[in-house]
Amino acid sequence: MSAPDMIDATRSLTSRQMALYRFTRNPAALIGAVIVISVIIAAIFAPLLAPFPESAGSFVDFRNRHAAPSWEHLMGTDNVGRDVFSRVLYGFRVSLGLVVGVLGVAVPFGVILGLVAGYFGGWTETIIMRFTDIMLALPPLAMALAITAVLSPNLVNAMIAITLLWWTWHTRLIFRIVKAQMNEDYVEAAQVAGASHFHILFRELLPNCISAIAVKISLDAGFVILFGASLSFLGLGIQPPTPDLGTMVATGSEYMPEMWWQAVMPGLAILYAILGFNLLGDGLRDMLDVEL
Amino acid sequence: MLFYLIRRAASLFFVLFGLAILIFVIARIVPGDPARIALGPLATSGQVTELRIEMGLDEPFFVQLGTYLSGLAQGDLGKSLLTSRPVMDDIIAALPATFELVLFTLILQIIISIPLGILAAVYRNTWVDNVIRVFSLVGVVTPGFVLAILLQLSAAMYFGFFPITGRLDPSIVFDADITGLLLFDGLVKGRFDVVGDALRHLFLPAIALAAGGIGQIVRITRSAMIEVASRDFIEASRAYGIPERVVRFRYMLRVAAVAPLTILGLEFASLIGNAFIVEFVFSWPGIASYGVRTILQKDLNAVIGVVLVSGVFFVVANLTIDIVLGLLDPRHRLREGRSK
Repeated sequence: MSAPDMIDATRSLTSRQMALYRFTRNPAALIGAVIVISVIIAAIFAPLLAPFPESAGSFVDFRNRHAAPSWEHLMGTDNVGRDVFSRVLYGFRVSLGLVVGVLGVAVPFGVILGLVAGYFGGWTETIIMRFTDIMLALPPLAMALAITAVLSPNLVNAMIAITLLWWTWHTRLIFRIVKAQMNEDYVEAAQVAGASHFHILFRELLPNCISAIAVKISLDAGFVILFGASLSFLGLGIQPPTPDLGTMVATGSEYMPEMWWQAVMPGLAILYAILGFNLLGDGLRDMLDVEL
Repeated sequence: MLFYLIRRAASLFFVLFGLAILIFVIARIVPGDPARIALGPLATSGQVTELRIEMGLDEPFFVQLGTYLSGLAQGDLGKSLLTSRPVMDDIIAALPATFELVLFTLILQIIISIPLGILAAVYRNTWVDNVIRVFSLVGVVTPGFVLAILLQLSAAMYFGFFPITGRLDPSIVFDADITGLLLFDGLVKGRFDVVGDALRHLFLPAIALAAGGIGQIVRITRSAMIEVASRDFIEASRAYGIPERVVRFRYMLRVAAVAPLTILGLEFASLIGNAFIVEFVFSWPGIASYGVRTILQKDLNAVIGVVLVSGVFFVVANLTIDIVLGLLDPRHRLREGRSK
C-alpha cells in the first residue's frame, strides 16, 4: 500500500458519503433498491416488456385458457387465455400509479399540517392534532371499503379513499419532529432575525424533516400497494379488465388448487413489490439514521 | 393516577364523539341518495320518496344529526336494509366470532413472537438472528389475503385436518349463550368436542391474521432487549454474580416489555381492521364479514355501525394500553401530562 492511499483513508468523510457508504454495506437495502428499480422499470416499460401486450385489456383467447407456466407463458394464462406475466407487468403499472396518486396528495397535505401544528402550537395545534387523532381512530380498511363502496368502486375512488386516510401518519410524524426542533437555537435565531413564518416553516424546519419523510414514503409505498390490492381483492377497488394484482388474485382463486398459478403468481408479485419497498425503507432508515 | 385516568377517559369520550359525527357527515355528503342506492335503479320515485321519509332523509341535516346522535346514545344504530333487523342486534350477534378470532390471534402472536424476539436478541448477529429476521420479514410483507389463500390451498390439498371455512362443524349442536365465545363457553359447559372443533376452525384464519404482526413484534422485542442489555444496571447485576437466566428473564424482560406492549394495543386494533380480509376468505361469521356484505349492498346504517364499532375497539384498545403502561412505568403518566 502506497503512502497517498493511507492519507486518503484517514481523510474524514462528509456525512453524505458516510450515509452512502452505510447503504452500500447493507445487502438487504441493496436488494430492496434493486427490487424497487425493477418494479419501476416494469411499470414504465410494460408495453415494451410484456410478451403479450394485448393481454392487458379485455383480450380473449379461449383456446389458450388455463395454460400452465411454460417458456411461452412464464406465469401461465388465466381463465380467458390472457398471459399472466404480461398482466403482472401492467399490474405493477396500476399499483405504482396508485402509490404516486395517493402519496402525491397525502404527503404534502399531511406534512404541511404537521409543520403548522408544531410551529404555531396553541389552538392551531389542538384543532389539527385532535382532528388527526380522530382520523387515526378510524379503522382504515373499513373506512376505505365504505368510501369506495358508496362512491362506486374504481381506481380513482380507491385513490381518494386511501388518500383521505393516509395524510394523518405524516402529520403526526412531522408534528413530533417539529416539536423537538422548536427547542433548537436556529429557529429562535431565524425569528430574531425577523424571518417570516413562511420562511421558517419551509426553509428552516422542512429541510430537517426531509430524511424522515423520505424513509416514511418508501415504507408507505409498500403499504399503499397492499391496501389497494386488498380493496381490489374484495371487489371494491380497481375493476376488470384493468390488470390489477389484487383483482387477479381474487379471480384466480376461483380456479384453485388445480390452476394455482392464476392466483399465486400475482400474489407473489404483490409480495415482491412490498418486500422491495420495505427493504429499501429499512435501509434508508439506517442510512439516514432517523427514527420513525 | 386517578386524575390521569379521568383525563384519559375524557379524551376517549371526545374522540368517540368526533368519530360519530365524522362518520355521519361522510355518509351524508357522499354523492347519491341513500334511499335510491338502497332500492336500486328499478325502484319508482314514489318508493324512493317513501323510504326517504321512513329513513328521515327529508329532514334538515342538523335534525338528522340530532336524531342519529340521540339514537346512538341509546345504543340504537338504526335498521339494516340487508337483514331488516336493528343494526345493533346484527353487530352484537356477529361480535363474539370476531372477538374470538382476534383474541386467539393476539395470544398466538404473543406466544410466537416474544420468545423469538428474545432469542434473536440473545443470539444477536448469528445465524439464529438471521433466520428469525427473514422469517419475520416474510410475515410483514406477505399480504393477508395471499397468505389466507395459500393456507386454504395447502389445507385443501395436504392437510384436511383443518377446515377451511366457518367457525364450527354444522353437525355439532351447541348454544354459546354465556359469552358467545365457543372456546370459553365450551370449556365452562364441559363440551370438549366443541372446544376441539372450534380450535381446528380457528387455526388457519388465526395464522393468516397473525403473520403481519408477528414480524413487527419480533423486531420490536429484539431491539428493546438489545437496548436494555447495554444499560448500567444489567452490567451491575452481572457483576454481582446474579445468574444470567435471572438477569435476562427477570430484569431485562420487564424493562424491555414496554415497547412490545405498546405495539400490542395498536396490533389489537389493526387486527380488527385486517379481520375484514381474513373473515371474508374463510367465511368466518364475524363483524367484518357482516361489514363487507353490507358494504356491497350499500346498506348505509349497517356500514356506519360497523365502522363505529371498530373505531370504538381501536380507541379503547389504545386507552387500555396507555393505562397499563402508566401502571408499569410512572414516567409514562408524567410525560403524557406534560405534553398536553
